[in-house]
Amino acid sequence: MADLINLTIDGIPVAVPRGMVIVDAAKKIDNDIPVFCYHPKLKPVGMCRMCLVDVGTPKIDPATKQVVRTEDGKPVIAWMPKLQTACTTPVSEGMAVRTNTKQVLDARNNVLEFLLTSHPLDCPICDKGGECPLQNLTLAHGPGLSRFEYEAKQHNAKHVPLGDLIFLDRERCIQCSRCIRFQDDVADDHVLQFHDRGRHMEIVTFSDPPFDSYFGGNTTDICPVGALTTADFRFKARPWELDSTPSVCTHCPVGCNISLNTRLETRTGGHEIKRVMPRQNEQVNEIWTCDKGRFVHHFTRAEDRLTHPLVRDARGKLVESTWEAALQLVADKARGARVSGVIGDRIANEDAHLFGSLFSDVLKDGAVAMSPAIPAAYADIARAYGVGKDTDFKQLGKGDTILVVNGDLEESAPVWFLRLRQAVVDRGAKLVIAHDRSSKMHRYASRIVTYELGMAAHWASEQTTELSAELKSARNVLIVFGDEKLSAEGARSLARSLANILIESGHAGKANSGLLPLYPHANTQGVFDMLPATTVTTGKVDVAWLVGVGNAADVPQADFTVVQELFLTDIANNADVVLPALSFAERDGSFTSGDRRVQRFYRALPGLGQGKPDWWIIQEVAKRLGATWQYHGTSEVFAQMAQHNPYYAGLSYETLSQAEPQWPPVGRADLYYGGTAYDNSGGIGSRYAAPAEQSGFNSSLEPVVAPPVDMEALQHLPHTLYQDGELIRRSKVLSGHVRAQRKEAETA
Amino acid sequence: MKYYRTHILICVDPECLGKGAHDIEDALQDELVAQGLIDEVQVLETPRIGDCSHGPEMMVYPDGVHYVGMSVDDIPFLVEEHFLKGRVAKKFLLTKVEVKDEELGAPTSKEVRVVLRNCGKIDPENIEDYIAEDGYEALAKVLASYTPEKVIDEMLASGLRGRGGAGFPAGRKWQFCRASKATPKFVICNADEGDPGAFMNRRVLEGDPHAVVEGMIIAAYAIGSSRGYIYCRAEYPLAVRTLNIAIQQARALGLLGEDILGSGFSFDLEVRIGAGAFVCGEETALMASIEGKRGEPRPRPPFPAVSGLWAKPSNVNNVETYANVPQIMLRGAQWYASMGTEKSKGTKTFALAGDVNHTGLIEVPLGINMREVVYDIAQGIKDGKKLKAVQIGGPMGGCLPEEYLDRPIDYESLAAAGTIMGSGGLVVMDEDTCMVDIARFFMEFIQDESCGKCTPCRVGTRRMLEILQRICKGDGKDGDIETLEMLCRQIKSTSLCGLGQGAPNPVESTLKHFRKEYEAHIYEKRCPAKVCKGLIRFDIIDACTGCTVCARNCPVGAITGERRKLHVIDANTCIRCGICMQVCNFNAIVIN
Ligand SMILES: Cc1cc2nc3c(=O)[nH]c(=O)nc-3n(C[C@H](O)[C@H](O)[C@H](O)COP(=O)(O)O)c2cc1C
Ligand code: SF4
Ligand code: SF4
Ligand code: SF4
Ligand code: SF4
Ligand code: FES
Ligand code: FES
Repeated sequence: MADLINLTIDGIPVAVPRGMVIVDAAKKIDNDIPVFCYHPKLKPVGMCRMCLVDVGTPKIDPATKQVVRTEDGKPVIAWMPKLQTACTTPVSEGMAVRTNTKQVLDARNNVLEFLLTSHPLDCPICDKGGECPLQNLTLAHGPGLSRFEYEAKQHNAKHVPLGDLIFLDRERCIQCSRCIRFQDDVADDHVLQFHDRGRHMEIVTFSDPPFDSYFGGNTTDICPVGALTTADFRFKARPWELDSTPSVCTHCPVGCNISLNTRLETRTGGHEIKRVMPRQNEQVNEIWTCDKGRFVHHFTRAEDRLTHPLVRDARGKLVESTWEAALQLVADKARGARVSGVIGDRIANEDAHLFGSLFSDVLKDGAVAMSPAIPAAYADIARAYGVGKDTDFKQLGKGDTILVVNGDLEESAPVWFLRLRQAVVDRGAKLVIAHDRSSKMHRYASRIVTYELGMAAHWASEQTTELSAELKSARNVLIVFGDEKLSAEGARSLARSLANILIESGHAGKANSGLLPLYPHANTQGVFDMLPATTVTTGKVDVAWLVGVGNAADVPQADFTVVQELFLTDIANNADVVLPALSFAERDGSFTSGDRRVQRFYRALPGLGQGKPDWWIIQEVAKRLGATWQYHGTSEVFAQMAQHNPYYAGLSYETLSQAEPQWPPVGRADLYYGGTAYDNSGGIGSRYAAPAEQSGFNSSLEPVVAPPVDMEALQHLPHTLYQDGELIRRSKVLSGHVRAQRKEAETA
Repeated sequence: MKYYRTHILICVDPECLGKGAHDIEDALQDELVAQGLIDEVQVLETPRIGDCSHGPEMMVYPDGVHYVGMSVDDIPFLVEEHFLKGRVAKKFLLTKVEVKDEELGAPTSKEVRVVLRNCGKIDPENIEDYIAEDGYEALAKVLASYTPEKVIDEMLASGLRGRGGAGFPAGRKWQFCRASKATPKFVICNADEGDPGAFMNRRVLEGDPHAVVEGMIIAAYAIGSSRGYIYCRAEYPLAVRTLNIAIQQARALGLLGEDILGSGFSFDLEVRIGAGAFVCGEETALMASIEGKRGEPRPRPPFPAVSGLWAKPSNVNNVETYANVPQIMLRGAQWYASMGTEKSKGTKTFALAGDVNHTGLIEVPLGINMREVVYDIAQGIKDGKKLKAVQIGGPMGGCLPEEYLDRPIDYESLAAAGTIMGSGGLVVMDEDTCMVDIARFFMEFIQDESCGKCTPCRVGTRRMLEILQRICKGDGKDGDIETLEMLCRQIKSTSLCGLGQGAPNPVESTLKHFRKEYEAHIYEKRCPAKVCKGLIRFDIIDACTGCTVCARNCPVGAITGERRKLHVIDANTCIRCGICMQVCNFNAIVIN
């Protein structure tokens, strides 16, 4: 890198990029300058004064404009008269920083003492206890004894609800404004503010409804004290009692890396998830999650989880059965029959691979499809022209164009919204939006096109030539698209037009360019990748076999229906055999995100009841149908899959579990950087190359003629984050939001 | 939040109250409700709109109309005319602005008036008057024959230092801003004057607004700016009005706007009304406030000259700084530099207050000594008492004892003595002043005004205040002085802005010069000046005639005694309000 600045910190030389502040430069050489208000993901404000250091620059002779040097050639340093905040002071060539002088240590001591004089003695009951920067820094830098009287402490309201998800303890707040800055600068939901001034200054929410944001949970991670807590976790457990297991969020195509914090519950006698924390992956979610991903987990231990196989008896009632009986029944029904399989796009790759193999290798007369069906119509195009393997959203900025077509980023892929918004707002990428309605992303667009409902594909086919010409000069072109109000045919047509734009503007198969589909769930791409290309059977079949299917419209007509599920959904309730599956938290597996990153998740909880992983159920039936499968776990399934699936060639559980050190580092001893987000121990995953990155993809697809508007598709409700569903319905903390969005949808 | 299209400010100073300001306010509220205007028009109370001699007085914003002398019966008419029909009710319009002579008398022999030269002499609402006093001649000269660099050179040579407090050389500031490449650039006038008791800037704005406007235009030319703001505190409605009139008149004559005086240089100006907090006078907070954000300081660097208003290069100067500029350009840097000391050139205005015979606004050449100010200009201490201290520099300033009277008033000498020049507050205190109480008073002010952004100022000043309050109550303890000294050092060295960095000054300077008084409070439980209520008692001496006035006036019935007999005060009941002492006609009540 050309633009490196050289400086010394406590005499140790370090070279860092121009513009970096001293705190970060020191971090590079493991010098943890203590901070409270600074956060590497937020704009610095220099208000807590914890990071004061001694700063000097080389002395310049005013006459010669040359650096003054000592006899042995070392530059003379002109020290600034006052200590400077290391969090706001950018490095400069030849700068010298001292972080351990008496003056600096005194200042730290003083600031800590000031903070503590107004801090409650809460640590034993504080949710941050054990992972609290204030606690840690006090041990490291604080005064042994406070010189002030305890009575003089200011007492303030505790447990103030800022919204239904987040609580504020006013006594614990140290007024660092991290929460405000996150909401303003990262989420762009201006819902928090300081009220009053001086010692009366406090955090208030002034939005209606209060703390109205999809991202509020993140403030509880970056709050340097226990002032902000989630309604979900407050007083539920102490951080040090928790086990943490790396996992991946299953609720949208982003695939946020998370950590499942679990604890053995003596009350219920089992393990349960106490909280979901972001796990740092700078390629995916940095250190964020959305509130759905954070609070939706309750379904994993919902009271009404299926715990036994169910079989319909002679009187037509579903009754508990044994695995042996149920599996045998399914095998008998499927043998030689016409079977139609449908698999939901939340199911893991390994299960989908075995399900696909079942239809291609074991069953004689059958076809398999993905639910929902519409994405299956364009996932091959999204894959072929998807973002290049080395794409890094952080590099998108000036000179790049982001085109968002027919989808709402924030509702469909919240963390992508955060990241692409920053590419536009902070780094100057150009944003063009084409949609039939407005969305939050519209705030940042430099051009907005509005078309009639259902006309996305028409718009794209008509604009292909013009847009391609316009985008030729862009450095990179990222095209985000959704399938709202489109039929399968319409969505495919849209994807093809958008691919043509990439090809004709010269951006197909490049890093930081490509299609980014707003798939409905976490593994739409993966499930699609795993299934053989079979033609969908029409008409009534002998056996319908449904694995995690939520959409009634995707259920084939059949004489006999098998369902693998977590709950007795309406679809399961109509089945002849219901097989209890395990949730993502109770097993291992992998997902492929919307941008084709393959990521592992790990077993965090023991399985509930007699539930079994979907892949196991499929294998057991296959064995009874004569297959010789002998998989002992998902890693073996994955390895077998990677041998046959060209996209996944070269990938293995080992490669997926590798974690590179992330910058900025979180989870270090001082906890200051990322707050309580977890560092990445489970692996950062790997994106497989888009076919267009190989040769042979640079000639345009055939010109696209958009199909007529589909009247039925016009009835589809656009996706919203808290849309009612089997899983989110079982999270009490989110129920208010689910209800509100259901109401909104009804009146729309 | 409600959005009001119009605000009515009613003066509630004692004089206006005496003339029924509250009744007028009630009548206005009723009438606005009756006319259905209450959601559009807001009625607010304010101190001092005019000089209260025509009361009751009110000001209508944003129209800037100043009404006086109405009665309750006139209100329906006024509301109908102004707020329904949108016509100015001429009948109640104030026509003449009077000069407040109590604030600004004729100059004494030791004074030199540069900034105040026109105040009280010209009609501030008539640009012709200003032009007749060489007004805008400097601008014409600069635009016709000076390059921007030459203007800056003149400023540097004049030695003019910022009059807002810190005393940074104005020419250097302009130079930095000129050197910044980014555009547009902004010229900002700091008219937030928040120091308690200070009114130097207000008088200039009210009495000679064009001098400030002209100074800003010249600054804009020098740094290459085309847009300016005057940030004026809301408590100065009259100043806002005169400024707006001045700007309109200057525009009409082509002195503001496009292509000023045919030079090709364009500049325009706008008044912004302050948010009302003291800290908004700090330049970075001021700019945040203009941007519509919370008025909070931010760390510097980057300095405003590099990244200021809306992150563009900006030049912030005080009212008085700009008001000096036209004269410097006209009469030359040499002339200006001939006044003052080596490093502190020119003149400075002060608002003289306290226990002296003559108070009010003065303008003196820098380098004059304190004794001349106190004894020659202010004509000595009232009632023949002894001087105890001079408080200079406002709330972040310090108190100097008698021994310092012969030192010159200039930036360096004041700094060496532990105070600052500040914006021009100068309070003379006589022997009856308790210095611990004064320190407590300033700390209270600071504590109220701390914006709360940074930890040391938000929390530390609170700690200091608590200790001072304790000492004044008689509960001082061994170690308090040392704790205070340490807090002073901590807060000074770690606070974000000038407020926190200067907050300890009143305490530090009194600790330095009047340590004995602290010790008397703490160790002897005695307030030498007999001010701190926790440490004094009222007693009645033999001079008592038994008139019973004191007993009748004591709010808590602490005084007993028969008619024509010596009265006694029960010290346990007495709340030390001092009323008895005030009402006694025989000086029979004393403090012990
Ligand atoms: C707490 C605080 C309050 C201030 N208030 C004022 C003020 O009311 N007027 C003013 O001109 N400068 C004030 N200043 C100084 C300004 O920050 C700034 O230095 C000044 O406006 C620069 O103008 P000058 O160089 O002409 O003095 C204040 C500074 C602080 C720290
Ligand atoms: S609530 Fe937490 S993050 Fe927000 S200002 Fe207070 S301490 Fe900082
Ligand atoms: S953005 Fe998507 S993947 Fe991330 S937490 Fe939210 S729902 Fe889960
Ligand atoms: S020193 Fe005081 S006024 Fe200045 S930023 Fe800090 S808290 Fe605010
Ligand atoms: S000081 Fe006040 S309370 Fe005390 S005796 Fe006098 S009048 Fe009464
Ligand atoms: S001031 Fe630098 S971390 Fe708060
Ligand atoms: S009544 Fe006693 S002195 Fe006045």
